[in-house]
Amino acid sequence: MKTTTQDNIVGGSMARRSFLKFAGAGAAAVGVVATAASCNKHGGVVSDPQVIDLGSGDLGILNYAYALEQLEAAFYTQVIASPFSGITAMETSYLTDIRDHEVAHREFFKAALGSNAIGSLTPNFSKINFADRTSVLAAAKGFEDLGVSAYNGAGAMIKTADYLVLAGKIVSVEARHAALIRALLGVYPVDDSIVTLSAGTSLEISQDPLTVLNVANAFVSGKPLYGGNVGK
Amino acid sequence: MDFLNLLNDIQTADPEFADRISPRRSAIKNITSFGSKVAVASLPFAISALFKKAYGQSLSSSVVSVLNFALTAEYLESSFYNKYLSYSYIPSANAAGLALLKTDETNHVNFLKSVLGSSAIAAPSWDFSGGSGSGNGPFASVETSYDTFLALAQTFEDNGVRAYKGQATALMGTNTVLTAALNIHSVEARHASYLRRLRQLRGVSVKPWITGVTSGITGLNAAGTAAVASIYSGEDNVSQGGADITKLPAISGTVAVNAATEAFDEPLTMAQVLPVIALFKKP
Repeated sequence: MKTTTQDNIVGGSMARRSFLKFAGAGAAAVGVVATAASCNKHGGVVSDPQVIDLGSGDLGILNYAYALEQLEAAFYTQVIASPFSGITAMETSYLTDIRDHEVAHREFFKAALGSNAIGSLTPNFSKINFADRTSVLAAAKGFEDLGVSAYNGAGAMIKTADYLVLAGKIVSVEARHAALIRALLGVYPVDDSIVTLSAGTSLEISQDPLTVLNVANAFVSGKPLYGGNVGK
Repeated sequence: MDFLNLLNDIQTADPEFADRISPRRSAIKNITSFGSKVAVASLPFAISALFKKAYGQSLSSSVVSVLNFALTAEYLESSFYNKYLSYSYIPSANAAGLALLKTDETNHVNFLKSVLGSSAIAAPSWDFSGGSGSGNGPFASVETSYDTFLALAQTFEDNGVRAYKGQATALMGTNTVLTAALNIHSVEARHASYLRRLRQLRGVSVKPWITGVTSGITGLNAAGTAAVASIYSGEDNVSQGGADITKLPAISGTVAVNAATEAFDEPLTMAQVLPVIALFKKP
């Protein structure tokens, strides 16, 4: 599993246009860093074998997104594999769609990162009772709201315009998910106490990687994710 | 307190923020202690004042242009909800939820105006029939039809999502403004999802996410359908960053076309959005 080695190969001006020059499905993606060797720069991080370091700069942001999408995809895969009791046809349809979106996001980042991707995480969903609708939907709401705040918080750290656009394309879909899950729970799409920056602004919150990962790590088995240099 | 988290977030996102609002970094501390003493209700004004102080005097013309573009879209939404939520066709079961959307859009208008200060454009007058002032456009039934109301609300919100997304890169480098725009962008997407579900529950063939170029705008005349179709053009894109999403692995096989289009919302340029807004604007 890739852990901390990408620290050494992240530069602020990596070969941007080489991002996602896919040879095609099934072929190994030519990832960002494979072509960025000419601008190596140390991130100043001491390798810590006790964590999965997401890396720094834009690459760190991509791995950060990849990690969160892995957790979401694994969660919804489990939801559909073992549906909660009393699930309706419409709920199955919604949750299957969301699962497929999250899998698409996960595979997109995996392919984009190529050999620089962190490994496959082993989720720990022991706190979630997959047989219980309320438990599942509450967890889904937590994941979606967290994901939106994570993308929103990462936006201003992104140095490469193409990545910012891609993050923007994904975050609004996560927000659509969040609102739908809230609807299934009988909660409004924007709830001042959870989602909004402060009462009366109607600006959604942004959260920094450390805050987000502090929550996300509760759902990761083994080494925790470390994002202290993401975007830096 | 969220407000204090915001300050931390801003400092994280924009290390020069403290310098922007004061040559001495004590400004943040001052505001922090100030924030703990003021009523929560006044915080939005404190935040707006802060943004204005940080950027109001130094917004570049291109950023002003982007923010006024965003303000135009927010005026449209805010005016729309303000007008029609008093109509008798609004079901009582949905009144509270829709009222929250109205509040959000009004807050967005006020926020953008406060950031823009004297550079803010004035609110246009609107023709929600889509007749550019004739009052007899393809959506004239919005005066009597809840379904037309929902269809228009959905298109305005989806349009807003795409419009903000299309401006993100123009705000790079102005981190506080970019983050604020992103924080509005995701709220618009939540609204769109909410409205789409309301329509779905009334039998319209839409989902909370955008499937291909399908708008689900039916039962209106051809001109109306064509007018809003441009808000959905390009949403059938399956190529992201050079990758064909439909060739990536899925739970079984590869990602289906519908899932590939739904999983990524697409941006619209200013040039694509303005003609749609013009349909609803009085000259």
